[in-house]
Amino acid sequence: MAGRGNTVHNPPSSFDGFQQELVTLLPQLRAFARSLCGNREQADDLVQEAAVRAWSARSSFTPGTSMRAWTFTILRNTYFSDLRRQKRQDSLASEDVRDWVPPEQEGHIHIADVERALARLNADRRAALLLVTTGDFSYAEAAEICGCPIGTLRSRVSRARRDLEMMLDGTMPAEQK
Amino acid sequence: MLSQADRPGDGGKKPAAHAPSAGRRDRQPGWVQGLRQIYNSVLEEPLPPSFDSLLKKLDEENGGQG
Repeated sequence: MAGRGNTVHNPPSSFDGFQQELVTLLPQLRAFARSLCGNREQADDLVQEAAVRAWSARSSFTPGTSMRAWTFTILRNTYFSDLRRQKRQDSLASEDVRDWVPPEQEGHIHIADVERALARLNADRRAALLLVTTGDFSYAEAAEICGCPIGTLRSRVSRARRDLEMMLDGTMPAEQK
Repeated sequence: MLSQADRPGDGGKKPAAHAPSAGRRDRQPGWVQGLRQIYNSVLEEPLPPSFDSLLKKLDEENGGQG
């Protein structure tokens, strides 16, 4: 497996190596979580929860595989577990799309508008899009992380991309499936 | 074995490179650059103090098993 910042890792020879690599990955996990949650505090809580889970499950990590992909998988799964527990994924997505207010300035994209639009994406689509853009994972890697077929992953990315573009150019319809 | 595949933002037709070239980045839609800007801004942040207890836990438990 590969990806930017996803170097081929030698298997940790001890839990000390595992610990060092986990700590090294924390900034990337924070960056992924921030875009996934759209909230600094929630994202940092999520990263810490995922890191504790990864540490607890360290004996199940397969040496020679990508620890980056492994930890991103744990973080993504933790995020969706939290969402399900809060039972708010669907309501958030639909309500937020209806409430979407297009950017005022045309022809220039502001970071704040990208953040707003990202937060209004369906969570599955948002995760898929982030993994293959900022995460620099391949579609196959992202599908593995999301636990879905690659065709599903491609569809999620495509729809996320369409939804983002429609929100940012002001053509988002009143309802979205 | 996983393979590299196409990515959004470049029309989905180019094989992915680990680090997109400056030329590819220039051709990316604005929102992709926005996403990268958000991501990179967090990457550059130092770990906040709220992570101290996590780092301490990892050190302590690693010392216990290491």
